[in-house]
Amino acid sequence: MTRRVLARTLVYLSLALATVVVLLPLTVVVLTSLKTEREMADDGGALSLPENPLNFANYVSAFQDGRMLSAFGNTAFVLLFAVGGTVLIGSMTAYAIDRFRFRFRKPVLAAFLVAALVPGVTTQVATFQIVTSLGMFDSLWAPIALYMGTDIVSIYIFLQFVRSIPVSLDEAARLDGAGAFTIYRKIIFPLLKPAIATVVIVKGITVYNDFYIPFLYMPSEDLGVISTSLFRFRGPFGAHWETISAGAVLVILPTLIVFLALQKFIYNGFTKGATR
Amino acid sequence: MAHLTEKARGTAPAAPAPPRPVPAPRRARLRRGVTPWLFLLAPLALLVTFTYAPIVNMVAYSFTDWDGVSPELRFTGPGNYTEIFTREDLFQVFFVSGYYLAASAVQIVAALYFATVLSFNVRFRNFFKGVLFFPYLINGVAIGFVFLYFFQDGGTLDSVLGLFGADPDHAWLGDPVSANTSLAGVSVWRYLGLNFVLFLGAIQSIPGELYEAAELDGANRWQQFRHIIAPGIKPVLTLTVILSVSGSLSAFEIPYIMTGGATGTETFVIQTVKLAFQFNKTGLASAAAVVLLLIILLVTWVQRRLVPDERVDLV
Repeated sequence: MTRRVLARTLVYLSLALATVVVLLPLTVVVLTSLKTEREMADDGGALSLPENPLNFANYVSAFQDGRMLSAFGNTAFVLLFAVGGTVLIGSMTAYAIDRFRFRFRKPVLAAFLVAALVPGVTTQVATFQIVTSLGMFDSLWAPIALYMGTDIVSIYIFLQFVRSIPVSLDEAARLDGAGAFTIYRKIIFPLLKPAIATVVIVKGITVYNDFYIPFLYMPSEDLGVISTSLFRFRGPFGAHWETISAGAVLVILPTLIVFLALQKFIYNGFTKGATR
Repeated sequence: MAHLTEKARGTAPAAPAPPRPVPAPRRARLRRGVTPWLFLLAPLALLVTFTYAPIVNMVAYSFTDWDGVSPELRFTGPGNYTEIFTREDLFQVFFVSGYYLAASAVQIVAALYFATVLSFNVRFRNFFKGVLFFPYLINGVAIGFVFLYFFQDGGTLDSVLGLFGADPDHAWLGDPVSANTSLAGVSVWRYLGLNFVLFLGAIQSIPGELYEAAELDGANRWQQFRHIIAPGIKPVLTLTVILSVSGSLSAFEIPYIMTGGATGTETFVIQTVKLAFQFNKTGLASAAAVVLLLIILLVTWVQRRLVPDERVDLV
């Protein structure tokens, strides 16, 4: 019996340790973001508490000088179009591939599958030339097109779901005179709701956090999304860790809220998204 | 079908009294043949433009000395490839991947441990799950800044070590070995949660009766893990291994944001980005990218050979 107790204690100890490892760096950043410049200079150590826990001055300067408002605006714009486009493209592809028997069906499907093996980072040098030649470089449309065009995982997810919708529904609608497009719009799309939720969550988080694509394709400061705007922070603020920390917290906060609100769906989404 | 025939007949010019049945079905068939392509038009255009055309172009560029801007380019044969494999400073980046590969091993073992522990009854289970997974959702730039401060002189890590009486005063990002170890550690912190959640999902899909039966047979936790859990999650485990290898080779965000590739922390992707977009060596950068792509495809292929996926029923 004592061995069991010991084992249980060790398990809880390991969990507590992991919690500290995860939360400590984040907590310190929150603490730092509430300190004044003078407190930082006094060097009370990273773990010391701020004198005034309600000192939001750093947040104000991070928000204004870091152009966070326009960053959140740009991010929202990209998110809306990229996620909407991904849902539309993924569901249309899945519908066409699963419900029609046509020539070249297998090669088309294979083309999507093989593309899943190619990591985006490797082809970026050449993709860059294509985006430039299409005249999309340094515009919000470049990341939108790239996020829409290269998301194979969502096609997988939709394919799985379309397959589970009974074909008899389509046939009944067809007897009533519905065409392929009506069937897609009135039957398939509404029934895909759970898959759409998954794709919206997984894609939304990826787009919100992505750094590589906006960094390469949108060098203008006006086009900063939250990743690139936060990245540019380091220049002007140099070693002002209290302001940089406030910026980081501002960026993390929406993710935390969404995570707490949608926990269950997020876990499911990632299990589905990754294991297909 | 009915309305299709009707429509087809309607468009036939001045139909003679006996309606000929042959053209109508053919038109209908044609329409049915075209419909899927209407749905696939946009997806295929995007797929070709942003995935296949770049690959083809990239392979073509890799045999030239193109700078990415000027209209002139010269064919240089395999010159770029020999440069990558013979110039020591270019080849160097592969050793940096070693740190991330080692970190992946630690990460997979830890994720497996926590997933196993938390799939049984543990107090505050959901809290621990949330804590372990949350870092994966955080913005990479924010993580970079959090850990820049963490490794600062007099930052979080030094302060914590100070609590235990140590006074290391160590510039964590100052020399190549500790800098790469620190960065790889950050990547474990960031990605552990994803592996953990994937394992957790797989373990929970194993029917509960199996454990009950095993417990009746007197199997202890380790035996249960070895004979029930390990085989049950094999597909996810191999997927994780591929993701880890390709992730280690293409590490970019964390080292770029935190050190910019300084003090020997330059990874393959940072190097490629610098070659292409700072030094305008598009040809050489393309060759590097082709090498990376081939390595990743090779790893995937080897894995598929070793552990055939039973669920390739997508076609």
